[in-house]
Formats: sequence, C-alpha cells, structure tokens
Amino acid sequence: MDKMLTSRNGPWIAGGLIGLIAVVLVKYGNPGNMGFCVACFTRDIAGALGLHRANVVQFLRPEIPGFILGAFVSSLIFGEFRPRSGSSPIARFVLGVCAMFGALVFLGCPWRAYLRLAGGDWTALYGIGGLIVGVLVGIGFLWNGFSLGASDQNPRPTGLLMPFLALVLLAFVFVRPLFGPEGTGPIFFSEKAPGSLHAPLLLSLGAGLLVGWLAQRSRFCTVGALRDLLMLGDGHLFKGILAFTVVAFGANYALGFFKPGFEGQPVAHTNQLWNFLGMALSGLAFTLAGGCPGRQLIMTGEGDGDAAIFVLGMLTGAAFAHNFGTASSGAGIGAMGIPATIAGIVICLAIGITCRQTA
Amino acid sequence: MSDTIVVNASGLSCPQPVLETKKALTGLTSGRVEVQVDTVTSRDNVARFATNKGWTVEKKETETGYVVILSR
Repeated sequence: MDKMLTSRNGPWIAGGLIGLIAVVLVKYGNPGNMGFCVACFTRDIAGALGLHRANVVQFLRPEIPGFILGAFVSSLIFGEFRPRSGSSPIARFVLGVCAMFGALVFLGCPWRAYLRLAGGDWTALYGIGGLIVGVLVGIGFLWNGFSLGASDQNPRPTGLLMPFLALVLLAFVFVRPLFGPEGTGPIFFSEKAPGSLHAPLLLSLGAGLLVGWLAQRSRFCTVGALRDLLMLGDGHLFKGILAFTVVAFGANYALGFFKPGFEGQPVAHTNQLWNFLGMALSGLAFTLAGGCPGRQLIMTGEGDGDAAIFVLGMLTGAAFAHNFGTASSGAGIGAMGIPATIAGIVICLAIGITCRQTA
Repeated sequence: MSDTIVVNASGLSCPQPVLETKKALTGLTSGRVEVQVDTVTSRDNVARFATNKGWTVEKKETETGYVVILSR
C-alpha cells in the first residue's frame, strides 16, 4: 500500500479516498459540503477555545488534531520525522493570518472549495477562479526569486510539541472541562448550526488520522497541485485534486447530496466578487508559504516548526476574523470583510515583492 | 571530465528546490549536478523533475538529509 501511495499513482488513490471520506463525514453529521475544511475547522477550534465569541462556530473538530497526529505517526514510521524551523517564522505567521482572512470571506479553504463544487455549489467556481489567480501571482513572485529563506534542523523534541498540543485538544473534546465563569467554558461548544453539526467524535478522529496518513505519504496538496501544474507543467499533485473532486461528486450524487445551483447552498454566500477576491488572497498566501492549509498541518506533524507557526497564524487569524467582523456568513460578507481582504492582499503583495533570495 | 555543479537547496520550501535545480540545469546538455535537500518530499520532487527532463537520477542519504545526483 505504501509503495502505491508514494508512486506516480499516489495522488489518485489518496485524493479519491480523501474525497470519499469527506462525503461520509457529511453523511454522518458534518455540515453540508464540509466533510473537511481546514479553515472552517480551525475557526471552530478558535471558537471552542474562547478566542472568538461567535457562538455558532465553536467546536473542537477532532479532524484537525487527527491530521497532525496521523502525519506524525506516518512520518515517524517511514523515517520522515525531521524537526526543522527558522524560515522567516513571523512572515509565515502573518501569511497564516492573511490566508484565514481570505478563506473566511469565501467560507472555505481550497479543500472545501473543491468539495463545494463537488456538491453542486456553483459559487465555488468563483472561489476556485480566485484561488488560481492567487496562485498565479505567487508563481510570479517565485519566478522572480521570492524566498522566505532556508530552515535549519531543530532538536528532535521540538517536533513533538505540536503533536502534544493536538493530544491536548483531543483530551478537551472528550473531557469537556467546565469550570469557567458563569458556568461556561473554558471550552465552548455551539448549540446551533453549523458549529453544532458534526459526525460522531471517534469517526471524525479516525477520519482525521487516516487522512493525515494518506496525505503525508502522497504529499496531497491542493495549492501545490495548481502551482506545479501552472508553473512547471507537472501534473503529479493535480491528479490528487482531480480524484478528490470527482470521487466527492460521485459520492454526493449517490447519497443525494448533489444540489446544483448558486442560491441556498450550505454555509456559502453569493457575493461572487468577494468569493473570488477572498480566495485570491488565500491562494497567494498559501503559495508564498509553500502549501495549502492541509499540507501545512501535515508538515506540522512531520516536525516542521515553520508550518506550525503558519497554522497558529491561521488560528489567530480566525479569532480576529470573527472578533473584527471580517468573516462572512451564509447571509453575506462581514461588515469589515472588504477592508480586511484588501489589507491582506496588500500585505501579501508586500511580502512577495520584498522577500527575495540574496544569492 | 566535467566538474560537478553543487546546488544547496536544503531547508527551502516547495517549490524552491525544484526551481534551484531547474536554474542549474538550464543550458546544460550534459554533466553532473548534485542537489542537496533536507526532506524526502524535496528529494522526490527534484528527482521527478529531473527524470522528466531526461536526466539520470540517483538518490543518496547524507548526514544532514539527501543528495540527488543528476547525470547525463
């Protein structure tokens, strides 16, 4: 099995399985077209930790720590656990914040953009269009020598910290501690959708672990797929998102979840300009950081401290996005969604222009 | 015998190891290039790129990571 996952056909197999698992999670309770969404789930975790108070999006999604732990175990078994960091960590933190701002304007990470498409949500086409444009702008910077510099090897125990934090999150979701003021918290769980919608915890955790392993072995990356295809003519990773989308579509169709149209789609809005620009911002931030949010979680499991900083940037960005009213909802974009997207684009362009390799 | 070109791509994020390799191979019709990387992902990406460009690829583990030896 491992030879297949690391072969030329690896992305087909991993992408297809991940697409299938995503729809199974919706069948068992996750929100519509949201079997997996790294941005939405990280936002829900930020809410569950009390970092924002949007009480409809607070839940400790076990899929996210599952990704980290699945990739951690896989990288340990196959000798790929290699703690490292030091490649412009603060720039990666800011890119993580910006990526999350853009994703929460669109309402989804690139994984969910493809899942929304596979569920018949045609508004996803604007997001995917924006994603491609963001990736193309990032490619322009890469051709012109963009680099955040090289990372260095770190002491081995430092790579254990994020897997440890993933275990702590899992402990919180199962133990549900309740000793905060007014009898609530410190961990918060939504009572209304979409935060209250979730598959059984053990199923979500098992799915997260399995996907973490599949993605670690196959290098599944929804942004690298577009980047390598458009930049180098290399379609290796693109096979992954093709299989992911096609299998998710097939499973949605078989289970009656496929509902084509623009209006009334689950956890989505129809402001197409900002669907496009939100995802353009995300695509640019992910390209500058070297991979999609799922890939950043997987690299975190492999001991990559810079990816971990990016993930913590996403977590922080999610909290700010809700506290400052920049996140969208099904009703439309947030009051501060437009200025936040513009600011994010300006910041990412500035990073892209100024951070260049010195030979 | 021609000299070996050494490319140090250790610690760089995707896709920079491949871009550095591409830069080194541009205009080179034959010879030997050693690309140093620190992760299996970078090692395999560089190897796949060079193989697609018609180079013979050999991968070796080193103390600090991997070296991908390209020859033609």
